[in-house]
Amino acid sequence: MTAHATSPQFKANATRALADPNLQAALLKMRTGFIDRRAAAVDRLPEFDALRDSARDIKNHTLAHLDLYLEEYERNVRAAGGQVHFARDAEEARRIVLDLCRRYDAKTAAKGKSMISEEIGLNQAMEAAGVAPVETDLGEYIIQLRNEPPSHIIAPAVHINPEQVEADFRRVHTHLDPARDLHEPTQLLTEARQVLRRKYFEADIGITGANFLIAETGSSVIVTNEGNGDLSQTLPKAHIVLASIEKLVPTLEDASQILRVLARSATGQEMSVYTTVSTGPRRQSDPDGPGAYHVVLLDNGRSAMLGTQFQDMLRCIRCGACMNHCPVYHAVGGHAYGWVYPGPMGAVLTPSLIGVDKGGQLPNASTFCGRCESVCPMKIPLPKMMRHWREREFERHLTPAAVRYGLGLWSFFARRPALYRLATRAAMGTLSLAGRARGRFRWLPLAGGWTKYRDFPAPQGDTFQARWRKERGGRA
Amino acid sequence: MTDARADIFANIRRSLGVTGNEATRRMEVADRVARAPRGVIPQRGQVADEARVALFRAQAEAVQATTVAVDSVADVPAAVANYLRDHNLPATIRMGGDLRLTAMPWGDTALELKHGPSDGNDLNAVSHSLCAIAETGTLVMTAGPDNPTTLNFLPDNHIVIVNARDLVGDMEEAWSKVRIAYGKGEMPRVVNFITGPSRSADIGQTMLLGAHGPRSLHVIVVKG
Repeated sequence: MTAHATSPQFKANATRALADPNLQAALLKMRTGFIDRRAAAVDRLPEFDALRDSARDIKNHTLAHLDLYLEEYERNVRAAGGQVHFARDAEEARRIVLDLCRRYDAKTAAKGKSMISEEIGLNQAMEAAGVAPVETDLGEYIIQLRNEPPSHIIAPAVHINPEQVEADFRRVHTHLDPARDLHEPTQLLTEARQVLRRKYFEADIGITGANFLIAETGSSVIVTNEGNGDLSQTLPKAHIVLASIEKLVPTLEDASQILRVLARSATGQEMSVYTTVSTGPRRQSDPDGPGAYHVVLLDNGRSAMLGTQFQDMLRCIRCGACMNHCPVYHAVGGHAYGWVYPGPMGAVLTPSLIGVDKGGQLPNASTFCGRCESVCPMKIPLPKMMRHWREREFERHLTPAAVRYGLGLWSFFARRPALYRLATRAAMGTLSLAGRARGRFRWLPLAGGWTKYRDFPAPQGDTFQARWRKERGGRA
Repeated sequence: MTDARADIFANIRRSLGVTGNEATRRMEVADRVARAPRGVIPQRGQVADEARVALFRAQAEAVQATTVAVDSVADVPAAVANYLRDHNLPATIRMGGDLRLTAMPWGDTALELKHGPSDGNDLNAVSHSLCAIAETGTLVMTAGPDNPTTLNFLPDNHIVIVNARDLVGDMEEAWSKVRIAYGKGEMPRVVNFITGPSRSADIGQTMLLGAHGPRSLHVIVVKG
């Protein structure tokens, strides 16, 4: 079992999101911010597209040799004094982490941002086992206080406004003066910094994710702007890295290539503030750092994606550019997707990881405009893979009856061109006549879903095919 | 119950249609790890001498670090003292055991020195970088007794010394320096790449400085 999914209720989730004024204001803001900053960063680097090709090739090569790079990586982690634990699924990963918590007698854990932690529902499991997880990424901390899942993979609290953060801080930080001034965002930041600073020192273990695992050296890499991941892994007595198997790259040079497209695609930065390459536990001469270093390597359905039409998805570096540029994400935000990964990458990954029966609605939440693929630093063909999922959903009879009936009707005509022309001509002629007076329809039978929100323009009287024939015939 | 590791490897190999014993695949992997080929290197950082120093400083300042250049290592303590005084900060610093730092004439200043890792109660820290990257204005710090990792993150104000001759154009060149210092395939416990002071945009989508790490980052480039 993984984190609970409400993806099957995508439509209801989306309707609720569209009616949420706070969410809509936040989404309006992110719509321009992320896009403009990325575009500016890309413009400043003439080699950006060449680097995208390079990054794609590196990951393709790694995935094709994943078994061997994993062996190399594991060997080098051990050589540096670290330990590698393999987890087939979420349950196994949670058990490994809880065992490690017991081994280090952990009461609290400082956590850097990790989507794998969200994927395996780690916090709930830790709480149930009596270990307090403290999220230290500011956005993750805010949503932890609100008991919400992240709504974006790199900006987990993007849906929350400063007034909401202030209310949450007043509700939870009861040890502080109730009369304190918190109306400036900097005051909120300072308060979070002070509160969390204590937590790092109290934590018995530190848990982080990994942006990359490096086979050559057995290193894990995290990329942050706040420095929270570094404090989480430096101060406690043990560091646990949560990573999925596709995070591997062969060498330090390969990671450097992908780093150049990661931050630019994510936030429009040339480099995130902190890129940290960690190899094993504290050395004998080290004055600081964790005494133990563990890596939990999660499969959870990824090995089964290799060799399929979804293999390309394993190149994903979780930058968030696809959702930052997605008109559907802009409209409904991340929570509507109902599981850990939202936006176009989530629409492709979710059915792979939790099944098409639960996640099959998500690939339908796309206009196929193609912006996601055009900005993806790893050149993942996201629309093509969403189409594959739609086909599978249809084949497995998971599509609603009305849609199946409509598609069946359309395919009946589409396979009989003469009949198709006749029928569309008759329909367009009738609609044109009926709508001539107003030029549009406020209501149409069988199209209530459309006309409920907008008028349907009346056709001009001819079909596209008929006009095409006429105009081309005239010119030829 | 079967072994998770064995299961995962078996699944990967079944999906890829391989056994793991193919000599060519093994050779390709061993070769790539051994050679560590460089990919696309942006032109931007491929400048030398004065131009490289200027690029590094411009890039670091573009991400809200402050920089100053001094002529020799003997000028560093005074530059640190000036920086602290100009920013109304107490004249105390903490540093590691790096000989390049401890050999500097700190006695010429009124600075109070502490040594070793930080316990979170230090306002100011001074570190020496292994090298720095002109392309992005990035400092490269390696963990150890010379420059404890806690100094990079706990103090409010971080002052980092870079020798101009240790400036490199790109991250790939920085890895060469790490390999020269530690050996191929060997790594210090941590390599920290630092590009500007700590920040967060998690409140109201506005970038604010001083999230969990240092609120200010000051770089002193030693030319001599």
